[in-house]
Amino acid sequence: MARAYAMELEAHERYAQFAEQLDTHNNREVAELFRKLSHIESLHAKRILEEMRWPSMPALPPAYAWDTAEGPETALPDAVHYLMQPWHALEIALRCELQAQQYFEGIAAGEAPPGVRKAALEMADEEREHVRLVRDWMRRVPQPEAGWDEDPDPPRTTE
Amino acid sequence: MNAPDAPLVAAKDFKSDTKPVWCPGCGDYSVLAAITKALATLGLKPENVAVVSGIGCSSRIPAYTSCYGFHGVHGRALPVATGLKAARPDLTVLVASGDGDGYSIGGNHFLHACRRNVDLTYIVMDNHVYGMTKGQPSPTTEPDWSSKLAPGGTGLKEFHPLVIALASGANFIARAFTGDPNGCAALIEQAVRHPGFSFIEVLSPCVTFRPEQRGWKTQVHAAPVAPTDDPGRAARRLMTDDGFNIGVLYQGHRAPYRLGNAASQTVEALECQFQL
Repeated sequence: MARAYAMELEAHERYAQFAEQLDTHNNREVAELFRKLSHIESLHAKRILEEMRWPSMPALPPAYAWDTAEGPETALPDAVHYLMQPWHALEIALRCELQAQQYFEGIAAGEAPPGVRKAALEMADEEREHVRLVRDWMRRVPQPEAGWDEDPDPPRTTE
Repeated sequence: MNAPDAPLVAAKDFKSDTKPVWCPGCGDYSVLAAITKALATLGLKPENVAVVSGIGCSSRIPAYTSCYGFHGVHGRALPVATGLKAARPDLTVLVASGDGDGYSIGGNHFLHACRRNVDLTYIVMDNHVYGMTKGQPSPTTEPDWSSKLAPGGTGLKEFHPLVIALASGANFIARAFTGDPNGCAALIEQAVRHPGFSFIEVLSPCVTFRPEQRGWKTQVHAAPVAPTDDPGRAARRLMTDDGFNIGVLYQGHRAPYRLGNAASQTVEALECQFQL
């Protein structure tokens, strides 16, 4: 559960970082969406704390070693673009939720003690529900048109 | 089950209220996060840390931390940091730079900072381009990288900072990657702990002028061998390095430079000698 907590907290921090980046570049709509995603991840983390009856928010343990560079629910640091649209942000979230689901499914199917496998199954179910929610959300936002990243007056140009 | 122990100071306590203005997706965000995480893990307090920089995208970092900071002159971060550490050895001093600031404008200072071996941690965010000034080739740019400002490429062989650092006497040499912020934080932590001049080359993609560097995440790999303390062996490794080995590559045992003599006269007494 400490791993699950670390995963949610890392995802929360990355989305908050993305929100800040998009705020700076005046992409308010996507910044707001990342802020929502960040808040949702922090609620997930908080719920784990409550379920575990941990007294307070511990900081992210520094020694967490994932199979990948970061936790499976953490978006890649270079995933954002200053012209991105809400659909792109949700696409990132979908990828992260799917990775988290697969991560817990992997633990559940492995050779961990029965208690751990049971907890992993529960977490996988939860992540599956998040995948469904993000897919629903994606259906409610317009898909970007081709050329969405073309900027006739880019902020940084070598001209 | 007990909750993991929280550090006394959290990473967020090392962040200032100033929001970074780097391009979205820039690797430097990860370096900032890694620095704050490392400082929290080390149990330091912001008032006991100074972050010194020169000029460039990477050199904005001091303003984004709550530590003491000095955003200096182009290429001159290391002499400023050296003076600070000599005067205040109790402070933990980090130096932030980029490949243009650190290897070109500040190239000479780099050599002598390695040679002096003052107890500093030098973090160079290398993206193989001058990003802030709109994409000129830097000392680490590939000779055939063609751009509007260097059509057909410069044709110049790249600078090899890790080899130069070793030859000049750096006591700790590592390479990190911003796609692995936790690994980067762990390397910064080790560098700060290691006595003497510690140099970390951080591969930090420029998503604006070098978007192809997003592909670095598929090229980096953990260094296949443990760090060595033998400069000869390290030299052979670094000379044949593919540029994507991540981890500690050299850890020496040279004693760091310390000022030998305390001041023997007051400033007032010295001023008297210059009176006409």
